[in-house]
Amino acid sequence: MVDYEVQAPPTTGSAQDAATYLKARFPGVVSDDTRPGFQGVIVQADKLGEVAQAIRDELGYNYLSSATAVDYLGAGDHMEMVYHAYRISGGGALNFKVQTEREKPVVPSLVNVYPGANFQEREAYDLYGIHFSGHPNLKRILMWEGFAGYPMRKDWREAYYEGEAKPFESRWPAGWVHRAEERNVFGSNVRYPADFDLSKLTDISDQAVYNSASISGMGVDYQQDEMETDQLVVNMGPHHPSTHGVFRMVLKLDGETITGLEPVMGYLHRNHEKIGERNTYLHNIPFTDRLDYISSMGNNFGYVMAVEQLMALGARYTPPTRRAEIIRVLMAELTRIVNHLWSIGFFLNDLGAFFTPMLYANAEREKILDFFEAVAGSRLMCNYMRFGGVFKDIPDRIRSTANLMNDRIRDYDTMEFLSDMINERLPRFLEEYDRYLTGNEILLERTVGQGVLSAEDAIAMSCAGPLLRGSGVAYDVRRADPYSIYPELDFDIPVGKQGDLFDRYMVRMQEMHESLRILRQLLPLLEETKGQDIMSGTRAYNPRIPQGESYGRVENPKGELGFYVVSWGDAKGTQNPWRYHVRAPSFINLTALGPMSVGQKVADVVSILGSIDIVLGETDR
Amino acid sequence: MSSKELDLRQVHDTEFPLPAEMQGNVAITSLSKIYNWSRRSSMWPMLFGLACCAIEMIGTASSRFDFSRFGMEVMRATPRQSDLMIVSGTVTKKMIVPIVRLYNQMPEPKYVMAMGACASGGGPFKEGYNVVSGIDKYLPVDVYVPGCPPTPQALLYGLIALQKKIDGQSLANLDDVPWYGVGPSEPTPIPILGPDIIDPRQMDLIRRQAELAAAGKPYGVRELPPVVKTTKAIPSKAAKAAVAEVVDEGELKRREEAARRRQAVLARKRARDAAKGV
Ligand code: SF4
Repeated sequence: MVDYEVQAPPTTGSAQDAATYLKARFPGVVSDDTRPGFQGVIVQADKLGEVAQAIRDELGYNYLSSATAVDYLGAGDHMEMVYHAYRISGGGALNFKVQTEREKPVVPSLVNVYPGANFQEREAYDLYGIHFSGHPNLKRILMWEGFAGYPMRKDWREAYYEGEAKPFESRWPAGWVHRAEERNVFGSNVRYPADFDLSKLTDISDQAVYNSASISGMGVDYQQDEMETDQLVVNMGPHHPSTHGVFRMVLKLDGETITGLEPVMGYLHRNHEKIGERNTYLHNIPFTDRLDYISSMGNNFGYVMAVEQLMALGARYTPPTRRAEIIRVLMAELTRIVNHLWSIGFFLNDLGAFFTPMLYANAEREKILDFFEAVAGSRLMCNYMRFGGVFKDIPDRIRSTANLMNDRIRDYDTMEFLSDMINERLPRFLEEYDRYLTGNEILLERTVGQGVLSAEDAIAMSCAGPLLRGSGVAYDVRRADPYSIYPELDFDIPVGKQGDLFDRYMVRMQEMHESLRILRQLLPLLEETKGQDIMSGTRAYNPRIPQGESYGRVENPKGELGFYVVSWGDAKGTQNPWRYHVRAPSFINLTALGPMSVGQKVADVVSILGSIDIVLGETDR
Repeated sequence: MSSKELDLRQVHDTEFPLPAEMQGNVAITSLSKIYNWSRRSSMWPMLFGLACCAIEMIGTASSRFDFSRFGMEVMRATPRQSDLMIVSGTVTKKMIVPIVRLYNQMPEPKYVMAMGACASGGGPFKEGYNVVSGIDKYLPVDVYVPGCPPTPQALLYGLIALQKKIDGQSLANLDDVPWYGVGPSEPTPIPILGPDIIDPRQMDLIRRQAELAAAGKPYGVRELPPVVKTTKAIPSKAAKAAVAEVVDEGELKRREEAARRRQAVLARKRARDAAKGV
């Protein structure tokens, strides 16, 4: 064991310096992760709380971006929790891990140090069965209470299980198969434990919700259906027009004032990560489209970046070409506008301006979708980026493909279309939208001073995106940890002052202007690089990815979107990820929903939720 | 009602011939026809989105595609006022419970549309442990719209298909309109969230399987004969005959005609492009 000299903690500096400091500060507790391609440090499980405290307070890594579990069955046979922490002033990640046994995995909870770990630990408990000692509300979050097993474990198999990794033998090269339903006696995607006793069946899924810390203790006897106090429990969702999908909130009300709020999710949990482990790396790109399905291009971007980081560990890697990077940023910024138009439209819906602003915003959004359709072939699910570039160059003309008879209506020169949209249409629309809405008295009444989130809380709860910036924290991954060609682009980061609903609204409005500013800088670059290659390296159908881990993150419209990808199990490189985790901004931003809503009126919770701007595909994955 | 507001030709039943000069001014119709016409022209969908497909559904409702042209703009948030449930997205096991409950709360006559690959059969997420592979495992579906997500055009096409289906229903036939039968219609049993989702209609099956398991037999798996590979292509004549069996001749002719027209338009367009030198 090397003996380190304890020096003053480096509060700027690289993750390497931080690791050196930690090893000296906690000798024997903290050690380097020496697996090939892995970074960061491994912390002894029982000391995790202390070390995390030091990481936050002494080293200044005060923003926990992601916390997730990995099951290394057959590769050391342990469970691992992986944390990525950042400094809110910018810079790279400090990656720390704890390892625990698979049989009875226990890890100390970090909720006291990083409140933003709350939901992520619950998710790890739900899907991996890791117990977090000291967690205030440890129960299932995506699946329902009472579900059998921990589905993300490597040895847990779904009812329609076919093989460990795609392409499945049965489908290719053999190709002729029975449908999964036929093989299952129940004809459906279900599997019961072998010793399942129907007579003892109880549905405890709702009971668990009502027993939550934030809701319970109010005399609701769930069993007897009677109430003893004059408080009221109201269920909103999963079917409710204001929850933007299938999100559910259980509210505890005193009159009209909210005294407790329990978010319930998982109604759209479609097992993205489990399927992602069976998929090849390339297979996963279209799946990422379906995360935040309003901004699919942005999701592609994050994922290909994460895999490219892994590919960079190998010998033969060429970074994406310049034209590819320009197109990627073009798409990402257009996506930001698409998303903000959508979210502001729906936010106004939530405020009671039922559908009119939304229809105007959507009409503008459709124009951008036309461009996406012409380029990627699909309006919504673009599936556009590839490792090393993008899948197709921008076509010369934009035409409608679905409706031949309308061809005369939609036939433009692409660059003209883009430049008209960026220089004329969108600015004009934004200006008009701004004029009609921003000074509107009703809007001001409903938003100013409502749903306040302080900067400290926003950082502590790992909020991201406009929610974080609305609270006055100028944290934007494009600047804090730059990627692609953002360093050479000129743009500002809008921030709010008070952290209320109005600030979030304004941040989104201004971000659209900033995106337009970026887009204007991109147009000449596009002309300049016309005809250049859009892909680097070989266009492998099924690339082998070198062993290692990577965390790729982008500033998606909803906040920081991160992909934690582990390639493990074959020294020559793997075809399927060992672990594929999505750090979803919508999911983690919801941590702040409860604290922001308590004390507000029930009508405000609708607008507070709207101001967070969640999308369920990403929240539940 | 003046003919400006209502095109009487829509309600006129062509079974009753009218002199040409009276068409559009007078309508003779049957009860079924006018009843179906009013129903199909005011299909109120439930304001209810599940996943990505819901975004395209909202797109269809917005100004560009605008399904209010078909009398469907009134999206109701409550099942009690809706006629049509557009299942727009992935149905998860956790969500199927409220969905069935919502379906039961809709008044008859009610229709279900499976929008997209997920609602039709599980789609890209079919093998997921929390995914119901198709809403038709629980609810009767009237129209399936393929796509991932279906474009607004496809959804509109599906809605028109549903209107056609309604047009074909006859009041004289209780099988078509069972909701006029005696007594309330049977609610669909609500699934239960146990160790996995439980369809109450399968209780007996589950019990029998448990007995088998107790006897040491494999639980829940069905032994299937190996698949036989066949590379023999279906001769196209036989294929045509098979299609002709299910599609009536007029429809077949119409399709061929449409295909020809499409080809002609394409050819003209190519010629135009070539002339322009694009
Ligand atoms: S069919 Fe495709 S677009 Fe529709 S819900 Fe499923 S994954 Fe999403």
